[in-house]
Amino acid sequence: MAFFEIQNFKKNFGTTEVLNDISFRMEKGEVLAIIGASGSGKTTLLRCINFLEKADCGRMFIDGKLLLDAQTTYSESEEQLRQKRLHFGLVFQSFNLFPQYTALQNVMLAPRLIYKSSENEKEIEEQAKRLLARVGLSDKMSNYPHELSGGQQQRVAIARALILNPDVLCFDEPTSALDPELTGEVLKVIKSLKSKDRTMIVVTHEMEFARNIADKVLFMANGMIEEYGTADEVFLFPRSEKTKAFLSKLGDVKGNEE
Amino acid sequence: MFLQVLAQLTEGFYNTLLIFGVTLLVSLPLGLIVAFGSMSKILPIKVITRLFVWIIRGTPLMLQVISVFYLPGLLFYYPMRSRMTAVLVAFIINYAAYFSEIYRGGIESIPRGQYEAGKVLGLTKWQIFYHVILIQVIKRILAPISNEVITLVKDTSLARVIAITEIIMAAEIAVSRYAIVWPLFFTGVFYLLFSGLLTILFDKLEKRFDYIKV
Ligand SMILES: Nc1ncnc2c1ncn2[C@@H]1O[C@H](COP(=O)(O)OP(=O)(O)OP(=O)(O)O)[C@@H](O)[C@H]1O
Ligand SMILES: [Mg+2]
Repeated sequence: MAFFEIQNFKKNFGTTEVLNDISFRMEKGEVLAIIGASGSGKTTLLRCINFLEKADCGRMFIDGKLLLDAQTTYSESEEQLRQKRLHFGLVFQSFNLFPQYTALQNVMLAPRLIYKSSENEKEIEEQAKRLLARVGLSDKMSNYPHELSGGQQQRVAIARALILNPDVLCFDEPTSALDPELTGEVLKVIKSLKSKDRTMIVVTHEMEFARNIADKVLFMANGMIEEYGTADEVFLFPRSEKTKAFLSKLGDVKGNEE
Repeated sequence: MFLQVLAQLTEGFYNTLLIFGVTLLVSLPLGLIVAFGSMSKILPIKVITRLFVWIIRGTPLMLQVISVFYLPGLLFYYPMRSRMTAVLVAFIINYAAYFSEIYRGGIESIPRGQYEAGKVLGLTKWQIFYHVILIQVIKRILAPISNEVITLVKDTSLARVIAITEIIMAAEIAVSRYAIVWPLFFTGVFYLLFSGLLTILFDKLEKRFDYIKV
């Protein structure tokens, strides 16, 4: 049984068809890279998964349990939807850190508010510090976001998402807003998160990275899954013409592993 | 005579401060309610609130003061007993409308990503507003609020249109009665000190939010 499954996701914005029948499954601990041209619907898919956008139709399962049915779920109470949202985490392209809080406070805010009992306070703080150390920011815990580089901000955002321990952690082009020299540190952190019980979906334009980290790769075009397979299958032996065209335009995945 | 004039000026001074204080105390929170009304998802509430704000902001405060004082008596045979109440009601409504627009601007200027970050972290709507949005809004509106408050200091002089002896009127009476000029200077200095003090206060307040860069 798949750990996470999406069935027949569809989404229109007015008359624009943005998601057209997206289905896929993931095992626990799997990393799925989603690639595709601009406007192909990658962000919309992640937003639907995270309940930031309402799919027009489709279903979502976690651990075999129905979590979302677009026909019925959205009319549930705010509180029920909030609980469901907690199965997922999302790291945004633009970080979206809270400017009034330090790095540490950013990471601690959500667990503090969600598990509000003062006994946990110490535990939450320690966990937050551990996570910040893990993303290489032990010395920046008391800095405000504007005092951090883009790469550091994104690493704080990653720690902030990790502390809630979501079942599926999503990244939407986590390095696209960064200067080229800062992307490496963030990609390295994401790669280090890979483990047998952390399931991740990464939308990225960094093909080298996708190839290195992903168990499966999904290529989207016009809201549809144009190609799906292991990293090698998709990158080395793409079957679809669109995939070939997309990859050759990028032209930098000649297999030069690190 | 000096003491007599001083007593009159003090009464004017008291009325001015009263209008200023009560108006602020009530219209600052009331404005927030009006702001929520003007951003309401319920269309009739939103339309009515915005229409109301538009009318208040589009007509002179002086006209509003006169209307609040005379209309209840002329239209509903329920005359305003107290001039001061009329002034306060008119000022509160007027300033609540202005503050509501400042609040709305502040709230709407917060990027969508802040709300969405809160949502994906599993926070409730209220938690997002209180722990994420509010302080950023406060930081952004402090400057326009400070302008409005200093305008209010000077607007209090409008109370005289329905014969409330605020400080300028008190000074004018003294000047014309005794042919002396110092009450005018006295009044000018009062305004300068008052608005100067507020400026310093708001500067201090703004400094306290310097650590937030939005
Ligand atoms: N809120 C919205 N309203 C209307 N159209 C939208 C909205 N959000 C996205 N779209 C449209 O949906 C399509 C897919 O957008 P999406 O952001 O999902 O693409 P993407 O694959 O993430 O692209 P990119 O690589 O540029 O981030 C685009 O044509 C976009 O214009
Ligand atoms: Mg996108």
